[in-house]
Amino acid sequence: MAKRTSTSSRKKSVKQRDKTTLGKITDLAQGVATSAYKGRDISIAIPTRTRSNTVWNSKRGILQMGDAKASRELFNLNQAKQFMQTVLHGGSIKELIEAQKTLSLRGMFYKGLHTIAGTNSEKTFTDQDESDTILEDLEVSLGSLREELHIFAKKAGTMVGNITIVDNGDEIDCRRMGSGGYAVPSIVEEDVIQFKKVDAKFVLHVEKGTVWSRFNEDRFWEKHNCILTEGAGQPPRGVRRLLKRLWEEANLPIYCLLDCDPWGHYIFSVMKQGSISLAFESERLAIPGAKFIGIRAKDYEECELSDDVQIALTETDIKRANEILEYPWFIENKPWKKEIEHMLRNGFKMEVESLITKDISYVTEEYVPTRLKKKDWLD
Amino acid sequence: MTATLSFPDLFEPMIAAKPRKSQQRSSKQPKGGRARAEPATPEPESVPAPAPARSSKPRVRATAESMAAQQRDISVSEFFAKNRHLLGFDNPRKALLTSVKEAVDNSLDACEEAGILPNLTVVIEDLQPDRPSTAKQSRYRVTVVDNGPGIVRRQVDNIFGRLLYGSKFHRLKMSRGQQGIGISAAGMYGLITTGKPMVIHTRPDAKKRAHHIELAMNTKTNRAEVTEDQETDDFPPQRLKTLSAGTRDEAFLNSGDYTTGTSVSIELEGRYQKGRGSVDEFLELVAIANPHAQIMFVPPTRVAAEDQEDLPLTDAAKDTPDEGKAPPAPDIVAKDKKIDATVSNIEKDGMIVFARGTDQLPPETQEIQPHPRGIELGLLIQMMKDFEAANKGGGTLYNFLQEKFCRVSSARASDFCKAIGVHSRTKVGDLEPAQIEALFKTMQETRLAPPPTDCLAPIGVRSMLSGLLKGVRAEFYAAETREPAIYRGRPFLVEAAIAYGGELPADDTARVIRYANRVPLIFQQSACSSFKACAETSWKNYNLTQPRGSIPIGPLIIMIHMASVWVPFTSESKEAIADYDEIRKEMKLALMVCGRKLGTYLRKRTAMKRQSDRRDVFERYIGEIAKAINSITGEPAKKLYDQLLKEARKRTAMADAQLDEEGRTMKKRMKDEADELRGDEGVVMVENRASQPAQESPAKKDAASPPTANGDVVKLSKPKRKSKKKPSKNDQELF
Repeated sequence: MAKRTSTSSRKKSVKQRDKTTLGKITDLAQGVATSAYKGRDISIAIPTRTRSNTVWNSKRGILQMGDAKASRELFNLNQAKQFMQTVLHGGSIKELIEAQKTLSLRGMFYKGLHTIAGTNSEKTFTDQDESDTILEDLEVSLGSLREELHIFAKKAGTMVGNITIVDNGDEIDCRRMGSGGYAVPSIVEEDVIQFKKVDAKFVLHVEKGTVWSRFNEDRFWEKHNCILTEGAGQPPRGVRRLLKRLWEEANLPIYCLLDCDPWGHYIFSVMKQGSISLAFESERLAIPGAKFIGIRAKDYEECELSDDVQIALTETDIKRANEILEYPWFIENKPWKKEIEHMLRNGFKMEVESLITKDISYVTEEYVPTRLKKKDWLD
Repeated sequence: MTATLSFPDLFEPMIAAKPRKSQQRSSKQPKGGRARAEPATPEPESVPAPAPARSSKPRVRATAESMAAQQRDISVSEFFAKNRHLLGFDNPRKALLTSVKEAVDNSLDACEEAGILPNLTVVIEDLQPDRPSTAKQSRYRVTVVDNGPGIVRRQVDNIFGRLLYGSKFHRLKMSRGQQGIGISAAGMYGLITTGKPMVIHTRPDAKKRAHHIELAMNTKTNRAEVTEDQETDDFPPQRLKTLSAGTRDEAFLNSGDYTTGTSVSIELEGRYQKGRGSVDEFLELVAIANPHAQIMFVPPTRVAAEDQEDLPLTDAAKDTPDEGKAPPAPDIVAKDKKIDATVSNIEKDGMIVFARGTDQLPPETQEIQPHPRGIELGLLIQMMKDFEAANKGGGTLYNFLQEKFCRVSSARASDFCKAIGVHSRTKVGDLEPAQIEALFKTMQETRLAPPPTDCLAPIGVRSMLSGLLKGVRAEFYAAETREPAIYRGRPFLVEAAIAYGGELPADDTARVIRYANRVPLIFQQSACSSFKACAETSWKNYNLTQPRGSIPIGPLIIMIHMASVWVPFTSESKEAIADYDEIRKEMKLALMVCGRKLGTYLRKRTAMKRQSDRRDVFERYIGEIAKAINSITGEPAKKLYDQLLKEARKRTAMADAQLDEEGRTMKKRMKDEADELRGDEGVVMVENRASQPAQESPAKKDAASPPTANGDVVKLSKPKRKSKKKPSKNDQELF
């Protein structure tokens, strides 16, 4: 159940949080100025977000970021511009916090965008990707979460089910969301969303909107007393955080229904253990208890699917599958290893929609209930 | 080469004017005789009945007797009249060029031999100016006037009226002409295509009257038939001064410049077209390799309609100064070089003037005897026979070796005699064939000093640079003259020069301009040893792009000159140098020297750019950084900016000071290299051309931007040609 915190205390904690963030930004800027006056190297330390700096914590079952840091220097031809961009975004964030407003990633791109003084037409940022990367850099180097920086991503992900929440003070009954469902916002921290009444016994997370619609139309969540979520492929941080909170705070088991292909497998891995690029957020996002109920490589035979559902594995698929097999958190997991090897043996992949060839509602009436009943899933 | 060598044998009788009716020799070419008997135009009516009829009536086969009746001597003129393509008269356009080329070669040779600074005037008159615009060719009169020593009357007939008559074939001396074919062949071509004789004015003595001679070659006899022979005061011919506004000028063909000299006029069917392979290009290239010559060129008023290209090398050099306008401002060349860069080619009033770039005549060259190494057995035998004949059967081997070869000392001569086991006083005529062969072998095996090299006159680094400077508007020039080397016992010498950047087209393949004994080679580029040397040189080492096995791409002109007492051409038309390994190797070495200098220059340019980039990058961003920090901490932006700027400059200076592998700082090294280039005799850098927009896309503010005055001069050039597809068309027609 949601923690009972009064509005005033929440506001207080927010104020405190913003103060901390502001302090971090000021420290960073002050460090640059001090280095300049003292004639030292002017640089910002940024933890590296690469595979090599990702540590698999098998005990906790999550991916964590290592200690490696890269130094971003002003007086380095290749880094000078990024250095400037980092400081520039730092300034923008300070402004946001002081104004108590939030901006989207795209908004931040425009906030920082202008022509550099003294040049003909050189812009501070060439595109949004450049800006997004700098913001992630800032997140890790400040050790602050995106929402703490007052930045959000666009909404992606939907929820429906036996749960009532409070979003920014508005009570939302997720049983009465029609065919569209509740759009999960980017920031779902306690100060924004509180769980008011949780009746559901578990969460079923499906890969994409089309499958989610199938379940919603069949009122699956009503029949089985659950919550139904969807993350448009790789689920955004908002969805992952919400699921994590449901798992942690409401003690709901999380079941995932994803495609049988390397991408589906990796989505599950990201949800369960965390991702490489966001390893610093794993503790907040990873759901070590998540379970994978399908689609399984064995389903082609077990569900007696027709040949038509087979989609041949491409070279990239095979390469990716082998890559995944090499990740330590897969190596240790024998059943998963078998699963991927089975798929490679099959030589084809299957989408969740392939079950429709059996019957329109086969997946909601037969497939998922059976698997749940038989506890037939992968950890 | 083999063809060229066989001429002395084949045509010796003609030259010696001792027409022997040698059955044996002419029988080698029965085809020539028979072919001549064929009617010029096909006569379908006279063709015998079709196939079945032929089978019923067996053909009468030829017998030795009947064949003998057809076997006869062939005149060299007849041979070349038929095979005029061998001499460079394959098509009207090339014929026009070849005629000009032969006359110009002879004029320059004559002037140099007489120690006169050459003044040349080349006039091409269009004799059918009102021909329809579709006409592919026209009738032209080519006139070349020089201020050379003139020709004594009795030799005029031989020089202009006979093929294979000349002073240059039998000697080993560097000269442009070497075969004695050129000018008489041009006259013959004119005669064949127009029926008009050559008109020659020559004044061998400044105090005496000139000769006016008109002559036509009789191809049957290879002799001149003189139709007009009189003395006249009309030299240089006044008629030429009435052609156009430009030729009416005082300075044109003034008699003071032409106290002695020769003027040749040939009427011929030709085609005047600009662009690659044109007379304009040829003269431009001649001017580059012969900066001591002044050449005035009056092109025909009408050009073949569909092709109007400017001078192919340097459109920019074309300049139409108005009356009273100041001469072009001088470019900033390394001043201590004393190379005059202000001279450039001027076109005005329908006349192109290639001005003289230097008053130094090329050094006089010595004639040499053959070198024992590289002589061929047959030639050795022939030389012995000649020696025997000259000494009326009395010449000794010792004397023969001493007199007829270079680098054979008295001791060496005795050694040779000893080596084949004969006494040094043995008569040459008494040697057994086996002994001659042994002598030949010994000659090839003995180590001797290389042939003397005073027979070669390189253009020289200075002159190549000044020639290129006035002909090509580039930013970097380098030149190299190699030490003489030897192929087949003949001394030769290779020179190379390159011009880079400036207004040269950046995206085209490099242009290779080739010379042999200062004569530009226009055709058959890819067959030429120099072209192969160019392609084999690894230009990538010098920061240029080069497709595999090809010549490099970039704003580059490569000039290669081979000087030799005998240039091995691949054909009589002297279009390409034969691919001897020794020659190609020397060419490559010369190119490598130039390439290295270019590489140094380019590296320096890149390094300078990088350095300024670095400064740029830092200074560009610190303004933004100061502002952002100010917005966060309230730190005074101006103060922080100044501090960051100071740091940035310090860092840049430190980076500049990083040591290179030889312990010099970057700056020092760049300065050293720049000084090295600047102090190099073989390099000229024109700094205000270094950043032409055509060359580097964005004009950097720190790079030396052209001063406006000079910029204006550059812009006086006419707009570039419009149509791009022409060259290919030309190629098709030319090759």
